[in-house]
Amino acid sequence: MTHHHIDPSEYFGIQTIGLTKQFGGVKALDNVTLTIPIFGITSVVGPNGSGKSTLVNLLTGVLPYDQGIVKIETNSFEVIHAYETPGHGITRTFQEVRLFDQMTVWDNLMVVLTNRKLWASMIERSNGRQGADHREKTEEILKKVGMWEKRDSMAEDLSYGQRKLLEIGRAMALEVQVYILDEPFAGLFPQMLERVKDLLRELRASGRTVVFISHNMDIVRELSDQIIVLESGKFLMSGEVDKILNQPEVIRAYLGT
Amino acid sequence: MNSSPATTNASLMARGMTALREKGDIELYANVFVIAWAVIITLWQGTGFAVTLGTVFCIWAILSVSLNLVVGYTGLLSVGHIGFFGIGAYGMAILTSDTSYELLRTESIAQFGWPFFAALPVCVIAAGAVALAVGAVFNRFRDDIYVLVSFGFAIIAFNVFLSWRGLTRGAYGIRDVARPKIGSWEVSGELDFLILCAVFLLIVVGISWFLVSSSFGRVLKAIREDEQVAQVFGYRTTFYKLAIWVISAMMAGLAGGLFGSFTTFVDPNSFILLESMLLVSIVILGGLASIRGSLLGALAFVLLEEGMRFIPFLPSEFVGQARQVVLGVLLVLLMLFRPQGLAGRYKL
Repeated sequence: MTHHHIDPSEYFGIQTIGLTKQFGGVKALDNVTLTIPIFGITSVVGPNGSGKSTLVNLLTGVLPYDQGIVKIETNSFEVIHAYETPGHGITRTFQEVRLFDQMTVWDNLMVVLTNRKLWASMIERSNGRQGADHREKTEEILKKVGMWEKRDSMAEDLSYGQRKLLEIGRAMALEVQVYILDEPFAGLFPQMLERVKDLLRELRASGRTVVFISHNMDIVRELSDQIIVLESGKFLMSGEVDKILNQPEVIRAYLGT
Repeated sequence: MNSSPATTNASLMARGMTALREKGDIELYANVFVIAWAVIITLWQGTGFAVTLGTVFCIWAILSVSLNLVVGYTGLLSVGHIGFFGIGAYGMAILTSDTSYELLRTESIAQFGWPFFAALPVCVIAAGAVALAVGAVFNRFRDDIYVLVSFGFAIIAFNVFLSWRGLTRGAYGIRDVARPKIGSWEVSGELDFLILCAVFLLIVVGISWFLVSSSFGRVLKAIREDEQVAQVFGYRTTFYKLAIWVISAMMAGLAGGLFGSFTTFVDPNSFILLESMLLVSIVILGGLASIRGSLLGALAFVLLEEGMRFIPFLPSEFVGQARQVVLGVLLVLLMLFRPQGLAGRYKL
């Protein structure tokens, strides 16, 4: 297994500076400063309630943050709106699969490719003569995630694994730099697990940034180039896989449990 | 056959239930039933009555198709649609009515005396303008709260119609609303008016179909399913909701203008909350996110309203109530066994 060598001081993709989020009196994230490098696959690990999903939700504007700054490439943001996410070069999946349930598998992908200009989208008819590129992209992704035969099914009628795959496919339909996947491996059968691993490797091979949250240490070890460890809302450490996973604090905080 | 009658019945019931849940069959039966009903009433009561029925159908169909854009496609359960209908009707009445009949005038009443076709665009634009202002506020709300605020809008609209007497003559209503004129062809005949309404219905259905089958329509459905996810994928959903809300209200304004001219008399009683609830029922009954469903729902509704007058054993004073009872029962049954409505694709 080859790993890219990462020097965080030289490259950065996304940086958070003093990021803080409170729910009532509980600090879900407490003054978190970390860097997600632009290269390779980065995994975010930590026990339940350590703030992993909150971090992703803050980065994609799903939740507003209370304090801190997010730097994406050269821009600093004090506020992030959800609709700006693709504009920041980010797309994501959710811990609990969130598809457009009462829409077909096909439409779940096609909707992501729509013209973002409101008036133009009223005229755009991507199932007609126009939008051949959208249809090709959708077909490519559906075949890639193994859902081509299911394209006319309603998303709500899919099995759990299929839903998980479709959601990853929906994120991949957007061509952006950063793909953030919140627990993409949770609850998948081995065969589907391998497929998702392949998708992540493929994204890495095409020069994309992949960030994923996982509790499965074998997969983390197998796929990640860098690991970020959170513990009870605080940034614990980050670095290359072998180095991090041998740290006594990490073993105590996470692996030891 | 060695199964007992009881199990046979049970399995028949089960099969019936699945058939009921599946699309296709029941939609076909409903179509055939409603259209056959329309034909029977026409044959029985004569074409003159059918023309009136057809006109009322066109107006309600414009209303229900336009409301379906908001409720069925975008998932905003608005019960205030009748307010925009009223704005259209009052726009038509105020702008075209010749109020010189008023002998005992207690308040000064504006008098414009515009022709129908000058007033109609104003009805549409007025409804759209009010929708823009109201929608900007409504956009903050979702789901059950949305129902409540749109309910509030319907109440406010009704009270404005009732209380702004200088403009609307309040409970007296406005008489002598103009019928349309195209050149020398005065659309005074009932059949002429039906044709005019049908043309407008076609336009509304055409625009609606164009919108919902476009990429824009797909984004609306995504907003209905999960607005936040739609945002994460780069859509400023408030603008999409506002756009469809205004378009829908403009269509309701158009229906209102036609209605005012059709009845030639407008008073606040046509725009009570009950009418708004009936309209929502039509949309749900016909089928959410289905234009065909809304047409079917409107036709069934109009037939219920007008057709019940001819049920021999039903005293005429109970017709109105009986229609509501039937609608209510149908709605409960449908929500139990077929939550997507007769022709719908989406469950509330």
